[in-house]
Amino acid sequence: MATFKVNGIEQDLDIEPQMPLLWALRDELGMTGTKFGCGIASCGACTVHVNGSAVRSCVTPVSAIEGQEITTIEGLAMVAAGANPSAPDLSAVQQAWIDHQVPQCGYCQSGMIMAVSSLLATNPNPSDVDIDKSITNVCRCGSYPRVRKAIHSLATA
Amino acid sequence: MKISRRRFLLSSALVGGGILIGYSALKPSKHRRANAELVTGEERYVTSFIKIEPNNKITIYVPHSEMGQGVHTSLPMMAADELDAAWEDISVEQAPAIDMFANGDLVTGFAGEFGLPGFLTGIVNASAVTIAELVNLQTTGGSSSVRFTGESSMRTAGAAARQMLVQCAASRWGAAADECSTQLTYVQHNSSGRSLSYGELAADAALLEPPENVTLKDPSQFTIMGKAISRVDIPAKVDGSAEYGIDAQSEDMLYAAIRLAPVFGTKLISVDAGDALSRRGVKRIIELEDSVAVVADSYWRAKEALKLVKSEFEFSDADTTSSADLFAGFKQSLSEDDNSEAMEVGDTEAAMESASDVIEGNYTVPYLAHAAMEPMNCTVHIHDDIAEVWTSTQDALGIKSRVAKIAGLSEDDAIFHHSYLGGGFGRRLPFNWNVIDHATLIAMEFNVPVKTVMSREDDMQQDYYRPAVASNFKAAFDANGMVQAWHNRFTGPVQTPGASHIPYAISNQSIRYVDVDTHVPIAAWRSVDHSQQTFFTESFVDEIAHRAGKNPYQFRMEMLANHPRHRKVLEVAAEAAGYGQNLPEGHALGIAIQESFGSIVAEVAEVSLDENNRPVVHKVTCAIDCGWAVNPDTVEAQVESGIIYGLTAALYGEITIENGRVAQNNFPDYEMVRMADAPQIDVHIVESGEELGGLGEPSTPPLAAAVSNGLYILTGRRVRSLPLKNHEFSHSTPIAQV
Repeated sequence: MATFKVNGIEQDLDIEPQMPLLWALRDELGMTGTKFGCGIASCGACTVHVNGSAVRSCVTPVSAIEGQEITTIEGLAMVAAGANPSAPDLSAVQQAWIDHQVPQCGYCQSGMIMAVSSLLATNPNPSDVDIDKSITNVCRCGSYPRVRKAIHSLATA
Repeated sequence: MKISRRRFLLSSALVGGGILIGYSALKPSKHRRANAELVTGEERYVTSFIKIEPNNKITIYVPHSEMGQGVHTSLPMMAADELDAAWEDISVEQAPAIDMFANGDLVTGFAGEFGLPGFLTGIVNASAVTIAELVNLQTTGGSSSVRFTGESSMRTAGAAARQMLVQCAASRWGAAADECSTQLTYVQHNSSGRSLSYGELAADAALLEPPENVTLKDPSQFTIMGKAISRVDIPAKVDGSAEYGIDAQSEDMLYAAIRLAPVFGTKLISVDAGDALSRRGVKRIIELEDSVAVVADSYWRAKEALKLVKSEFEFSDADTTSSADLFAGFKQSLSEDDNSEAMEVGDTEAAMESASDVIEGNYTVPYLAHAAMEPMNCTVHIHDDIAEVWTSTQDALGIKSRVAKIAGLSEDDAIFHHSYLGGGFGRRLPFNWNVIDHATLIAMEFNVPVKTVMSREDDMQQDYYRPAVASNFKAAFDANGMVQAWHNRFTGPVQTPGASHIPYAISNQSIRYVDVDTHVPIAAWRSVDHSQQTFFTESFVDEIAHRAGKNPYQFRMEMLANHPRHRKVLEVAAEAAGYGQNLPEGHALGIAIQESFGSIVAEVAEVSLDENNRPVVHKVTCAIDCGWAVNPDTVEAQVESGIIYGLTAALYGEITIENGRVAQNNFPDYEMVRMADAPQIDVHIVESGEELGGLGEPSTPPLAAAVSNGLYILTGRRVRSLPLKNHEFSHSTPIAQV
């Protein structure tokens, strides 16, 4: 059995302890917002939050997150809103992604948004060097210039 | 606007009122067979459909795939503008993958199959062309969607619908059509101020014959085109709800992990399943002609079990082949005088013989993988003598037909489910069938949906690659240092005729190629032959400029006297990049230009070396003449995208062959540009008002040459092969930036 919370909901899954969290989310829970890109923690498409910190779920066995709080792209806005019922449907990062028209194909953007949300939670005004060091996700459409602009817009907002 | 093709306008009444109007431009095709022709041909023939309902809601069906290039927004913008609709009243749907959206032909049972109750009943069957001639007409490639579908189809459909609505309103008011005007989804009677919504008129309009000739707007009348409208697909891409092919799911779904023959073209001999079948969730081991697959109740279980399966593939002559062997073969082929003409002007041989000076450069580029972020995958469900398919594709109709054929069904018995594409770049074009065929064959063994997913390693090692090319250049100068002849011999095949041509005024040109055949499968890769040829030609032109003692920018301007559009984009890019002005210490500028897919792009790369003497690209300034911009923000995004894609190839991109197979596995050994490498990109749209050019590809070709031309100025080292990671640089012999 694997027991952990996803977007605030307790999940008890009869799965192998070695199963990566990515596949537990996608194939067991049917939550497909978290993407498979490389399977070796290189590209970041599978990034989720474990207790608020960005983690690459494709190499994170469910045994390593027993009892912990997982946030995925589907729950990001809800978690950001907390108990505030009048909070918007999107987190500030998600809204900035629309405002700056960041995604193209969009496949990497769940992971990108999760990684950026985690960065901004610990470093609300990151420098370009901070961004380069912490956002290492791959985007084949080359949305990087817009990702950078969107991050800076959030920092100075 | 001139339309020389046969065309048909169709309209029909909707159940419950309203109108559906479509436009179809058809031409029997001679060039449907080859992948290369599909992506490089100059025309696409597809229909568009606009549905207007009594409540004034308008739906525009887009027949092209959305892979981030923004067609689900740009094409509806074109129809909506000609229709004079309010953008807020528009909703967008992907056109179903059925022949109707390729040829105006109705498929019986459409409504039941796609759950749109009867709204298509009664459409005229206007098709005079057989379905066989129309296969693949929903293809998205060749940077074609907006310039062909948009210009010839979407705008005309919008304008025709507007004209019919005006006619209905005028007749209700007993007025003449020219006393009426349209705006924001309403028709007004100018003198009386009366107005009717399109929704109120749609049912009547459906009874009219569509006009044979429609007048399109002058750009000064545009209300939607030319504006930076937000893309309709983006909201779903920030909250995880956007569905890609790989996201298909059902309760009873099974998953396949597959191992294809590591040496291309070889067959499976034997399989030792080991303990794989005893692993939890594993259903079957499937042996196919060239592969073995494990099917389980989760992808991870299938993938893990596949590791336990031993497989043997037949011996092949290619088993010992390496990249070095392939390039040696290219060199040998080029040295033999057995070539085909790409372009012959003047007498290059004579000019070479009488030259005062001849320079030579041998260039090569490697194979490249597409590496779309969404690994290749395909879900097939065969049940009740039909095949349902879910996959991310640039060619829905082609996939449908292929799956039906493999499954032994008729095309009408295949149902395609659309999704967004997690990148395409040419990998998801027709004829790159490997995952589609395998997924179908595997699914035929089950009566539930089976999702076959390539791992990133499979995706990288079982691609259809951007061809490796070798090229030999010579240039001849006369006694005055003027270039008199241009000689280019390169390895084919040619996928994009004209990509090797140069716009420069050189009176003697001999451009010829030799086809080489290897066991490595090849296909179109973003910008197709332009990606290799532009690196070659724009680097060698730079060599010529330096040899002639000219500033590379000024030299190009002089040699482009008869190409005002080229000169303009060069000038805009050079000026915006600060060409000729002081640069930061240790920085240099390189410039390159290429026309491809109807757009002309000049790029200036500002480069330096880091503390480890590795190249850094700080900024790319780009000027693009794509005729005019339907959606300027989408234009900029596509240009940025093509530059980053080109930069990854220039800095890192290299697929090598060792022992007949691809040596690279995953992103660590096929590295990507990431945030830290990504330059500042400054895009300038030059509106020439000429015909629309493509956008998905044209910014990729000049990038590698712009960067390496800058590195030459910085280091004195001329780069004649990519990627740059294989080269050593130092500041020892810089060239003065002029």
